[in-house]
Amino acid sequence: MENIINSLSSIERAIIPHLNKNVDEIIEKSGLDKTSVLRAIMFLENKGILKTNHKEKRTVVLGINGILYKKNHLPERRLIEIIENNQGKNLQEIAHKSGMSENEFRAALGVLKEKAIIEIKDGKIRISAKKEEIMRKMPEEEFLEKIPVSEENLKIEDKMIMKKLLSRKSIIEIESEKITSFELTELGKSLSGKNIETELIEEVTPKMIKEGIGKKKFRKYDLSIRVPEINGGSIHYVNQAIEYAKKIWTDMGFKEMNGSMTETSFWNFDSLFTPQDHPAREMQDTFFIKGISGKLPDKEIVSKVKKAHESGIEGSKGWKYSWSEEEAKKVILRTHTTCLSARTIASIKKENLPAKFFSIGKVFRNETLDWSHLFDFYQTEGIVIDKNVNFVQLLGYLKEFYKKMGFEKIRFRPSYFPYTEPSVEIEIFHPGKQKWLELGGAGIFRPEVTESLIGKDYKIIAWGQGFERIIIDYYKINDLREMYSNDIKKLRESKNWMKT
Amino acid sequence: MANITFPRKEFESEIKITNEIEKKINLFGTPLEFMNNEEINIEVFPNRPDLYTIQGYLRALKAFIGKEKGLKKYNINKPEKDYKVYVEKQVKDIRGHTACAIVKGLKLNNINIKELMNAQEKLSSTLGRNRKKMGLGLYPLEKIKFPITYTAKNSKEIKYIALGLNEEHTAEEILKIHPTGRKYGHLLENHKMYPVFIDKNKKIMSMPPIVNSEETGRITTNTDELFIECTGTEKSSVEKALIIMTTTLADMGGKIYPMEIIDHEKYNTPDFTTQKTKISLSNVENTIGVKLNEKQVGELLSRMGHSYKSGIVESPAWRTDILHEIDLIEDITIALGYDQLSPSIPKISTVGEESRNSILKRKMSSIIAEIEFDEISTYHLIKQGEEEYFKNKDIIELLDSKTEYKFLRNNLITPMIRILSENKDVEYPHKLFEIGKVFSKNLQKETGVEEEEHLILAISPSNTTTIKQNIDYIFRKINIKYSIKENNFPNLIDGRCAEIIVNNKQVGYFGEVHPNFLKNVGIKMPLAIAEINLENIYDKIN
Repeated sequence: MENIINSLSSIERAIIPHLNKNVDEIIEKSGLDKTSVLRAIMFLENKGILKTNHKEKRTVVLGINGILYKKNHLPERRLIEIIENNQGKNLQEIAHKSGMSENEFRAALGVLKEKAIIEIKDGKIRISAKKEEIMRKMPEEEFLEKIPVSEENLKIEDKMIMKKLLSRKSIIEIESEKITSFELTELGKSLSGKNIETELIEEVTPKMIKEGIGKKKFRKYDLSIRVPEINGGSIHYVNQAIEYAKKIWTDMGFKEMNGSMTETSFWNFDSLFTPQDHPAREMQDTFFIKGISGKLPDKEIVSKVKKAHESGIEGSKGWKYSWSEEEAKKVILRTHTTCLSARTIASIKKENLPAKFFSIGKVFRNETLDWSHLFDFYQTEGIVIDKNVNFVQLLGYLKEFYKKMGFEKIRFRPSYFPYTEPSVEIEIFHPGKQKWLELGGAGIFRPEVTESLIGKDYKIIAWGQGFERIIIDYYKINDLREMYSNDIKKLRESKNWMKT
Repeated sequence: MANITFPRKEFESEIKITNEIEKKINLFGTPLEFMNNEEINIEVFPNRPDLYTIQGYLRALKAFIGKEKGLKKYNINKPEKDYKVYVEKQVKDIRGHTACAIVKGLKLNNINIKELMNAQEKLSSTLGRNRKKMGLGLYPLEKIKFPITYTAKNSKEIKYIALGLNEEHTAEEILKIHPTGRKYGHLLENHKMYPVFIDKNKKIMSMPPIVNSEETGRITTNTDELFIECTGTEKSSVEKALIIMTTTLADMGGKIYPMEIIDHEKYNTPDFTTQKTKISLSNVENTIGVKLNEKQVGELLSRMGHSYKSGIVESPAWRTDILHEIDLIEDITIALGYDQLSPSIPKISTVGEESRNSILKRKMSSIIAEIEFDEISTYHLIKQGEEEYFKNKDIIELLDSKTEYKFLRNNLITPMIRILSENKDVEYPHKLFEIGKVFSKNLQKETGVEEEEHLILAISPSNTTTIKQNIDYIFRKINIKYSIKENNFPNLIDGRCAEIIVNNKQVGYFGEVHPNFLKNVGIKMPLAIAEINLENIYDKIN
């Protein structure tokens, strides 16, 4: 009991002396507003002092039109008068004379027809009911006079009228109000009516700090109570994961590559030994940019690439077709970040070798959006350039990266890309879905690629995998589109990337 | 990539599918996609069209699992008189290449006819790039009088009963009414003359690559001898398809007879001459990272259908994907088994480093998040209609986008407006930011496109004072001075927006968004915006 008394807030204290009364009386006696009284009652209920009952009270009130009609009569009443004065006129004329909106006119006409007060023949309206019938008050008019009225006090016939009027525009409305009542528990009864000491300290003030609090006591707070949420600022969760992944690569000695998202077909495809009639180079799969043609790099590399395609270089047979510069100049949105690798390899100075590079950047595919496909997504890319680097080492880097991303189980199977050989597809075991998930490819750049970009003395291991799929498990996301939907509520609720 | 379905029963008559075999199928580089009692579905990469038929696939898999290793050879019988195709010059520029063959002694049933049709379709769509590079046709031999001619005729002179139709039609009509005519007609549209095969009696056999004639081109279960033609724009694809098709038929029990092609030179097709490639053991070891002796290399190559002798690999004619020694090294790796390799990280000492732009972007983001902005991340593409918000003649359009996103954004306010509008019922205040690239035309650039990093701040509900306080804070933290110059901007309230100037250069703008615009885009709370080009700012930061 002592504990409870000490933890009562000021509003609770204020209503305790009046707990033997009902809510309206408490509001009057305590001098608090209704919201405060209801909150205090809720707090007291949490403390087991009382038990509330909530009831809904529904009152029928006049709507905007109803207020007007009560003053100026219902449209059907006014319409009778107009028809009486214009017996035998056709519908349009009556409608025009009435000055009513189409809606109003139709409703009024409907009511009168239903009551058999009028009849319409050959498009002409006349009164068909007797004078005294017409003079009698309609049930709707009687109903409007009763308003406001509590819904529970209505008789069955009134309820039917109410239903009809509700279907018409803003004649009547139902206001509902929550009525709270309560009963005291045993504990409450012992407290009720008690005059409780109100001298407990609420908030600590600078004055108290300066002057001390003497013998006064602090009110005890209920710390289990729910507090309103706050929101701080946040970095988008995909970007948090990217930061982490970047750190994995830099820790392993990789340098970051950056570059443009628009790219010439030359760097995106041709320099990577992708023949010009390859399906990936069609508009079906790739975003081409309208009306812009790009520039090719210096002649030396262009002629090497041309030769690699047409007749082959470094012991290769090539694709055996006539390579077109125009096709290579087409500008696209890069379909992979491997074009960054190609540019990096072509521009690196020999004295800076061996070298390792990575990038995590957006790539684009002309796809429709669905739960597992985006047209704009991240790829994590890496290359190692050295005279002695091999396939098992490629697998080594991949295994290490995915282990750090949280995937202990990883497997490799053969794959095919025009620019790598041997090629490999990486699969990780998705613990959430309990199945193997394809992530994307890797391999050793073909001699045709290496020879055109840097020279045959080097080997280059390379990889590029979709990034979003790697992090869906951590964030428990089932639909990739969710990542870029930017639902603020979800962004606020999202956990941070806490992997170390 | 192609998904290929084989009947399971036929598959299992050669190789029983156990867990071990399932694993082998995956490790062979043909992932098993789906399997039930009737069917087995695998994925085949485009470099191996020889695996598109069940015969070709089983041939390769039997070698891989060690059941029938080594180079498989097929016999070609002696050519018969009149098995000749005359290629006339008028077809050269339209669809200039053909390769043909005859196969006898077949026992066709409805199942293997269906398989042949599937194989024909698969080869034409993938290797043949939807019949453009190559298409192929099969005919019962008995209806054809040899020698035959491959030529081109004026489209108006071509008239025959197309397969599946009841009466004669002209070429143009066939392109309009026949299903394959509608599908592939575009391949001929730009030509006045269309390719045709004509037999000795001047009967039109087909109009490649569209459709055979009903009279000479319908295969039934009574057919035991076939004529096969491949045509196309690329010689090697045409010949490769014929090799794949004839070896498949040979595996069905057929006997292959060559056709003499009389072009500007005379030669026989199909040509099963094997390819020889040099291989070096040290290249094998240096590429894979596993030491192998000569005997092991020979064994592994035989499991991929090759034969090996003293540094030379002999590969079957259908493996035209082998362009270089490296392709054989991959075959050796596959035969070795990707699951058998031990991944290891080499000791290559290099210094890791994030790029300066990345670091600055990250630091900017964290400064802004500190003052309670939530970062959003939007697509670089904007929707049709959105390009109208802030009219800009330099906006870049994409060709044939499959979605409503058809332009590259040239500012960050456009996607921000969309996100705010989509979140109009989420609890306020909204404080959002994004850092990302925007695009505009600039023909000086290599790709004709300028890409610049922008920052956008949006606060709602808000006003110019608040947005300016936030801009002040950010510039203070990055230690850069800025000034402002009053100016009007589209969709912002005149007199309540201004340019942001750094070193006498406009780097951005801020202001209150006009309520008329907010209403149009479905935003219901007041909004203040600032957008800053970071390229100029990054240069100044030190």
